[in-house]
Amino acid sequence: MLSRCSKFAGAAGVVALFAAAPALAQEAAAAAPAAPFTPTAEMVNKGDTAWMLVSSALVLMMSIPALALFYGGLVRSKNMLSVLMQVLTIVSIAALVWVGWGYSLAFTGGSPYVGGLSKAFLKGVDASTLAATFSNGVYIPEYAFVVFQMTFACITPALIVGAFAERIKFWPLILFVVLWLTIVYFPLAHMVWYWAGPDFLPSAPGDHGLLWGWGALDFAGGTVVHINAGIAGLVGALIIGPRIGFRTELLPPHSLPMTLIGAALLWVGWFGFNAGSNLEANGLAALAFINTFVATAAAALAWALVEQIVHKKPSLLGAATGAVAGLVAITPAAGFGAPGTSIILGAVASVVCFFFVTTVKNKLRYDDTLDVFGVHCVGGIVGAIGTGIVAAPALGGQGFFDYTVMPAVPGTYDMAAQVITQIKAVALTLVWSGGVSAVLFYAIHKTIGLRPTADAEREGLDINEHGERAYNY
Amino acid sequence: MKLVLAIIKPHKIDEVREALGSLGVQGLTISEARGYGRQKGHTEIYRGAEYETSLVPKIRLEVVVEDDFAPRVVETIHQAAQTGSIGDGKIFTIPVEAAVRIRTGEQNNDAL
Repeated sequence: MLSRCSKFAGAAGVVALFAAAPALAQEAAAAAPAAPFTPTAEMVNKGDTAWMLVSSALVLMMSIPALALFYGGLVRSKNMLSVLMQVLTIVSIAALVWVGWGYSLAFTGGSPYVGGLSKAFLKGVDASTLAATFSNGVYIPEYAFVVFQMTFACITPALIVGAFAERIKFWPLILFVVLWLTIVYFPLAHMVWYWAGPDFLPSAPGDHGLLWGWGALDFAGGTVVHINAGIAGLVGALIIGPRIGFRTELLPPHSLPMTLIGAALLWVGWFGFNAGSNLEANGLAALAFINTFVATAAAALAWALVEQIVHKKPSLLGAATGAVAGLVAITPAAGFGAPGTSIILGAVASVVCFFFVTTVKNKLRYDDTLDVFGVHCVGGIVGAIGTGIVAAPALGGQGFFDYTVMPAVPGTYDMAAQVITQIKAVALTLVWSGGVSAVLFYAIHKTIGLRPTADAEREGLDINEHGERAYNY
Repeated sequence: MKLVLAIIKPHKIDEVREALGSLGVQGLTISEARGYGRQKGHTEIYRGAEYETSLVPKIRLEVVVEDDFAPRVVETIHQAAQTGSIGDGKIFTIPVEAAVRIRTGEQNNDAL
């Protein structure tokens, strides 16, 4: 299996943490006669470091204000603040949980399924410790890696709340988020993104997460972020049940200008998310950047064109939704595809999501308020499987690198096998996240309760959960 | 005195006001209203969810004038607000019993 180790098995598929380096190096030395590798401060490039810090700030902007406004504009005005407050609070608590135990569980070795607690509360991490990138002999400050990955842990649970917006109690939601991060997100991030790093894998060939070992390609988080959040949202929406008035009353968005501001800021922030996931400021980061740009443009346009055909009018909400679907789909493929194939991937994902959101959802009659499943999960699945196709060198893709030798060399690409691997990774994500999320939602629903009273829901969550109103005329 | 009450399309208000100004109308009151008549509203679609909106936005215009002046005011509004398509609105003329200008206490026609 290791022959299929991929170059970018992950947003930031790295790790290698040198608080534990002396012991690790000694073990490696005992196993292999080669001299133990020790990264030095000279292997850190200031350009890479600056890029990672900027990217981290861009990804934070995707949560607040971008996602908050994107979602907020889509709910009714009586629930505007509840959505903004949920996103802001989730970002805050996820950041604290991340430095508490999230980083350690996701990015230390231990098992293929989850890391250990050796770096809980960032023990052993300081301004001189380093994290690996995807290139031999290139490192970034570990703090930069910690904070970049932290922003991913912040936005992923915030994505979920759109599925059951307008009908959730605040503190039970926050409790869910802490449990979900710990039991679902951190292990999945470990499975997809953890590996020893290009300079350490040859002497420690088993030191990586489960899906990374399968050779699943996920450049910036199609599985860990989007499919993961999308399926969790669907499960939550089903357990909580539809909103009062669903399918019987008018439930239109209260401010589509807000939604466009949010969608546009998401697009800008996504450059940090995708191009930042390269961990180095180089040509591949630029490739991820342009792919992110053109796939999104194609997706926005595709949605508008399909609407013109089906509904006779192209809507702003449609184009903005298409843009987000394109961003989701290009996420796992950003550093693998070529601009041409990225355009096709974005357009295809947009059309599939359109069909799902407008037709399948209406047939199945579940109330996924803001289409978290229809856009993030469905778009994520199209992107994850599409990654196996667009990454093929025959189509101008980047293929993958074999890191079992030093220095790493390009591996032999088999598109059919890669697509099957991608499907396996999608399936594992759906089962793991869907299953555990169902247990968590159900347990909280049956104990402290997830849903406000009917009166509170009718009057609006802003007044009843937060004691304030968004708009005072 | 007559109250001329007109329900018109919102984008026609400036033309109507200008025409009434040229006619010599001294003041009027408008409010934003919603309603329906033969124009049955419209359909809004948000991500495939279709909403039939039966109440469409209109402007409700009220102006009180002397009895003899009322037909010309009605005709002026009629011409200025007409587009010829469904939803142009309606004009009603209603008798008014009394009027008082609050600042001076002037009565009836003097108060207009």
